[in-house]
Amino acid sequence: MKRIQSAQELQGLDQVEVKATGCHGFCEQGPLVVVHPQGVFYHKVKVEDVPDIIARTVQKGEVIESLLYALPTTKEKISLEKDVPFYKLQKRIIFGSNGLIDPTSIDDYLAIGGYQALAKALTGMSPDAVLEEVKKSGLRGRGGGGFPTGRKWESTRNVDSEVKYVICNADEGDPGAYMDRSLLEGNPHAVIEGMLLGAYAVGATDGYVYVRHEYPLAVTNLTMAIDAAREMGLLGENILGSSFSFDIKISRGGGAFVCGESSALIASIEGQVGEPRAKHIHMAESGLWGKPTVLNNVETWANVPVIIDKGAEWYRSIGTEGSPGTKIFSLVGKVNNTGLVEVPMGITLREIIFDIGGGIPGGRKFKAVQTGGPSGGCIPEEHLDLQVDFDELGKVGSMMGSGGMIVMDDRTCMVDVAKYFLNFLKGESCGKCTTCREGILRMYEILDKITRGEGELSDLDLLEKLAVVVQEGSMCGLGKTAPNPVLSTLRYFRDEYLAHINDKKCPAGVCKELIHFEIDPDACTGCHKCARVCPVGAAHGEKKEPHEIDQDKCIKCGMCYDACKFDAVKII
Amino acid sequence: MESTVKKITAKYGSDPSQIIAMLQDLQSAKRYLPEEDLRELAEALAIPLTRVYRIATFFKAFSLEPKGEHIINVCMGTACHVRGAERILNELERQLGISRGETTADQKFSLETVNCLGACALGPVVVVDQEYHGDMTPGQVDKLMENYR
Repeated sequence: MKRIQSAQELQGLDQVEVKATGCHGFCEQGPLVVVHPQGVFYHKVKVEDVPDIIARTVQKGEVIESLLYALPTTKEKISLEKDVPFYKLQKRIIFGSNGLIDPTSIDDYLAIGGYQALAKALTGMSPDAVLEEVKKSGLRGRGGGGFPTGRKWESTRNVDSEVKYVICNADEGDPGAYMDRSLLEGNPHAVIEGMLLGAYAVGATDGYVYVRHEYPLAVTNLTMAIDAAREMGLLGENILGSSFSFDIKISRGGGAFVCGESSALIASIEGQVGEPRAKHIHMAESGLWGKPTVLNNVETWANVPVIIDKGAEWYRSIGTEGSPGTKIFSLVGKVNNTGLVEVPMGITLREIIFDIGGGIPGGRKFKAVQTGGPSGGCIPEEHLDLQVDFDELGKVGSMMGSGGMIVMDDRTCMVDVAKYFLNFLKGESCGKCTTCREGILRMYEILDKITRGEGELSDLDLLEKLAVVVQEGSMCGLGKTAPNPVLSTLRYFRDEYLAHINDKKCPAGVCKELIHFEIDPDACTGCHKCARVCPVGAAHGEKKEPHEIDQDKCIKCGMCYDACKFDAVKII
Repeated sequence: MESTVKKITAKYGSDPSQIIAMLQDLQSAKRYLPEEDLRELAEALAIPLTRVYRIATFFKAFSLEPKGEHIINVCMGTACHVRGAERILNELERQLGISRGETTADQKFSLETVNCLGACALGPVVVVDQEYHGDMTPGQVDKLMENYR
C-alpha cells in the first residue's frame, strides 16, 4: 500500500485516489488490487508490479495480462472483478462494501449510503416500526443459533426498564470462521449502525461490543469508528437531533471460547469469570448488570441497516422462505479458492465448494465439509446438493454455526477430526457441569486410543452412550453440542473408525501410530532430496541410487513426503 | 517510580468490573502476571485475592509464569489442522526441546497454541512475536527459527 501511494506521488496523479480497503474475501489470491472505474482485477500483485499498474492501467486504461486471474480449469484470463467466478455466484449485500471503503474513514461509509438507514429510522419511523420491519424480514441470528432476531428484540422491548443494553458478540470463537473479524476490520460502521437501529427499536441506551483478544486490528478499527461516529453526533446524546441517545463501549475478551455463549459473555463484561448460567431467567429481562439485554453477533447487526434501508420485502426476496437473506461463509481447508464468500441462503454445498471454491486442490477427492464449528458436524459427498440454510444443515446432523466451512479431502482422517474437536472442547469447557468437564475428556481419551490403534469395537457403543450423557447433562450450548463432531463422523464415516479398530490402519494416512513412510525403489531417482530434508537422518541412500527410510530413526514428520518430486515416498 | 498497577488503576478507576481489561494491560506490560502485582491489584480494588486469581487462571490470555523473549504461536484452528498444523507444532517441539505451553530454559522461546487466528486462508499459520507466517510446512520451521535464534 505504501508502495502504491509513493509511486502515485512520483507520477503526480492527483485525480487518482488510492484506498486501503478491508478484505475482499478472495484471500487465496492476495494481494489484490482493483482499479476503478473499470473494475480491473489484479491478483498476487508484487511491489515491483506497482509502477506498471499505474503507468499502464491507471493512466492509459490498458490491462496487464500477466497480472490477471486465470481460470484454474481452462486457463482463460479474466480482466474484470465482476466476471471472476469466485465473485460471480456470490450475492454480496453485506460484505461487498468491504472492498470499496477505507474502514478508517467514516466519510467513505457515508459516501456509499452509510447511516442512511439510521436517518430514515430516526426521522420517519417509530421504534415499533423498526422492530416490525426486522421481524418481517425474517432475519435469523447469524452467530449459530438462528433464532429470529425480531422476536428476540420484541421480548426486550416489552420489558419496562429505564436502562437496557444491546451487545454485539464479536467473540468469534469457532475455529475456521473469520467473517466477523473481516466485517469489524473492513466495515465497522455497518455494525455500529446496526446496533444503533437495534437500540432505537428496543429502547436501549448503552451498547457493548465484546471482541476476542486474538483480533487486535478489529479493536483498533472499531475504536476509530466509534470515535468518528461520536464526533459526528451519530453516537452520544440526541443523535441527529432526535431524542434518541446511545453510546457504545468495547470490551476485550480474555481468550475463552465459552464466552461466545451469551450468559458467559455477559459475566465476562461484568468482570466475572466466563461461566454460563442456567437460562430460566431470560436475558431479555435480566441480562447485563441484571437489565434487559439484546445480544446479536457481528454479522446479524450488519444485516440490520440493509433491511431498514431497502425494506423487509426486498430482503425476503433473497434466500429461502425459512432463512431469508445471505450468509457469509469462510470457505477454507482443502479447497482451491479459500476465502470469505457471501451467498444467498438456499445455494447448494456443491455450488459453494466447486463453483465458487474451485474444487479440491491437487485433483484430490472431496471427502467431507465441516460446518458449525465444534458444535457442528461433517457432511459427506452424498449431501453435496443440500440447499444450505439453518434448517437443512440441521437435518443432516450439522448446523450453520457462525459460518465456518472447512473442506476435507481423502487425506483428512475423520477420526482425527473428531478427536481434534473434542481436544478443543475439553480445553474450553469451563468445568461447571460434570458431564461436560468429565464426559468430553473420556470421549477424547477413547478417540485417542482408537487413533493409536488400541481401540476396540465396544468403544464405539461407549462413545454413543457417553454422547447422550454429555448432551443431556450439560447446561449450555458448549456441552449440549460437544458430541456432534463424534456423532456425525460415526454416522457417515463409520468405516474409517472400523479401519482404525479392526485393521489398525488409518486410510487417510494421518494417524502417526498407524502409518509409516516407505520409498518406492522404482519411482525413486536417487535425487537425495529426502535425505537432505530429513531432520533425524532416517532417509538415506547413495546419490542416483534408490533411497531408504530407517524406520527406527523415523519420527514420521512427513518432510520427505513433502519434498519428494517423484511421488516415491509412500505413506503405508 | 509509580508502579504498573497504580498506572492501571488510575486509567480504569477502582472499578472491579474492569478487572479483565486491567489484567490485560498488566499482561502486556510485563508479559505475565507477577504475584506481587496481583496482590497490589486486589488491594487497590478492595476485592479478595482469590477473585483476582480466579480470573487470572480462567482466561487463556493470562499467564502466571514469565514468558520467553520470543513468543511462538501455532494456530490450531480447523483449517490449519487439516492442512497439517500438528506436524508443524511437532517439529517446533522437537527443535526447541519443549512441549506446547512451555518456555525454553534460557527464557528465549515460549511455544504456544491458539484455537484460531481467523487467518484461515493462510493456513497453517505460525505467529512469532506478532509476525504472521502463512502456508507453513515442517520443512520451513528451521529457516523460520533461524531469524530468531
